[in-house]
Amino acid sequence: MENLNSYLIVSAILFSIGTIGVLTRKNAIVMFMCIELMLNAVNLTFVAFSRYLGNLDGQVFVFFVMTVAAAEAAVGLALMIAFYNNRESIDVDDVNLMKW
Amino acid sequence: MTADPVDIALFAAKLGAVFFAVLTLAAYLVFAERRILAWIQDRKGPNRVGPFGLLQPLADVIKLLTKEDLVPAAADRWLFYLAPAMAAIPALLIFSVIPFGAPLTIAGHTLPLLIADLNVGLLFFLALSSIAVYGVAIGGWASNSKYSLLGGIRGLAQLISYELSMGLALVPVVMMSRSFSMTDIVTAQQSMPFIVYQPLAFIIFLISITAECRRIPFDLPEAEGELVAGFHTEYSGMRFGLFFVGEYINIIVLGGLAATFFLGGWHGPLLPPVIWFSIKTLAFAFLMIWLRGTLPRLRYDQLMHLGWKILTPLALFNILVTAWLLFLTS
Amino acid sequence: METLFFAIITLVAVVSAILVITCKNPINSALSLILTFFCLATYYVMLDAPFMAAVQVMVYAGAIMVLIVFVIMLLNVRVDAHKKQTHKVALGCIIGLFTLINTAFLIFKSRAAMPMGPYNGSIIKQIGHTELIGKEMFTTFLLPFEITSILLLVAIIGAVILAKKKI
Repeated sequence: MENLNSYLIVSAILFSIGTIGVLTRKNAIVMFMCIELMLNAVNLTFVAFSRYLGNLDGQVFVFFVMTVAAAEAAVGLALMIAFYNNRESIDVDDVNLMKW
Repeated sequence: MTADPVDIALFAAKLGAVFFAVLTLAAYLVFAERRILAWIQDRKGPNRVGPFGLLQPLADVIKLLTKEDLVPAAADRWLFYLAPAMAAIPALLIFSVIPFGAPLTIAGHTLPLLIADLNVGLLFFLALSSIAVYGVAIGGWASNSKYSLLGGIRGLAQLISYELSMGLALVPVVMMSRSFSMTDIVTAQQSMPFIVYQPLAFIIFLISITAECRRIPFDLPEAEGELVAGFHTEYSGMRFGLFFVGEYINIIVLGGLAATFFLGGWHGPLLPPVIWFSIKTLAFAFLMIWLRGTLPRLRYDQLMHLGWKILTPLALFNILVTAWLLFLTS
Repeated sequence: METLFFAIITLVAVVSAILVITCKNPINSALSLILTFFCLATYYVMLDAPFMAAVQVMVYAGAIMVLIVFVIMLLNVRVDAHKKQTHKVALGCIIGLFTLINTAFLIFKSRAAMPMGPYNGSIIKQIGHTELIGKEMFTTFLLPFEITSILLLVAIIGAVILAKKKI
């Protein structure tokens, strides 16, 4: 097993990349993928800590994060399709009207 | 981990033998399919190359390799190159967790007849079979043609729908063998194969893996009557060949899995284990060919209806009944 | 040996994560993200959590990403329309780097607590990771587990209502 810090650093790098992606991209699907990347970075931290501390709670928590991510994917993508049907675009800059 | 050189050599030999056997079998399955279909339809089939046409696969490979390798001008070049490999590799990888015979003992070294005895073998299979979807999807997308795109979208929708019922049909198997490991599942069926206790799960699994193979009556991603050739319309030469062989590797692998999960794996009376395993696998392959010769293609809405409204609820019901029975008998 | 392996996996993970945010074509981003998920699954195997690795591939690469790829193909989003957005990129990068430096600083400054739980590598291998997770989930975490099912139900209803034209 590698030491804990290397896993934490990898996780931090992935999380930051995800942050940059969410802040710079305008395509809603790509932003969504970046959020998934951030969630996964956090999952890696959970599993690494869980292994290091000899306690499985962290891994069960990863399970719940995955469930939330799946629910988020279902609703988020349905929203994107509904939005695309109205505006023929999935650029977040086009979400600028309260009512169409 | 210190490994004995003899162990490593045996492992390498096993790996090579399995790889060779699966690929050869896939090539000959193409030939067998053409002959059996011809026999069903009262034709002769390929019988010119070699005795009984037995060298036909070789001729096919030479033909595919020497054909021009076309890439459409509007295609996404890298993804177009990548897609056939993405279709064939997961199928080959799944074979690494299938136990195809009883452990051998050679010169004091025990050699389990499977490549990797994973603690989570069944989950490994489910994970890889969900990856296999991408070959179809990316192939259809990268070709940048309408037929391919339609085929790819259909393939995606079909495969994720049937994966669900396939996974649910396997839950009773896990409940009865109390393990995700393939070796344990086979051991649990030593006295009685699971098909006896779980006929419904077996039928659901069979239908679902037929859909996973994209075979008639579920071959909507390629549906030559409506979509030309679906997701591989734009492919030619050996890239098309890889898609094609990937389908047959898939048949062999899924046949092996059906044998492992429901038919008792390599257990059987009289004959040696490897032979029993091959018989069960090839019987499944024959069933696939037979279905192709017999059934018409489903319509798309019928396909979705069957997957979501019939197979999935049935599989859930089956899990419930199994759980109650196990609870009451324990 | 294991350190070298770790380094290679890390390299692949970081490069593919960067590709996720730099590719112009959303489908390339999606494929890079799948590669990142595979790297994470490899990390989980290295951390003695094979069950987590299998579930990671099955749920993320096999279900969520398939849905995303499906939507990309369905809407037929090809290359992004390119607009000038340099100041936004600069700002985003500054915030992202700030996050990274901050976390790295905290990681190197602080020391993790000593191992306290009973589960080390050999015990996990002996009992089996799946069994341990299952026991934990259906005893200690039973209530959260049940609440998760409500979450999934809400998601199903939400998706159906959003996707349907007429209810």
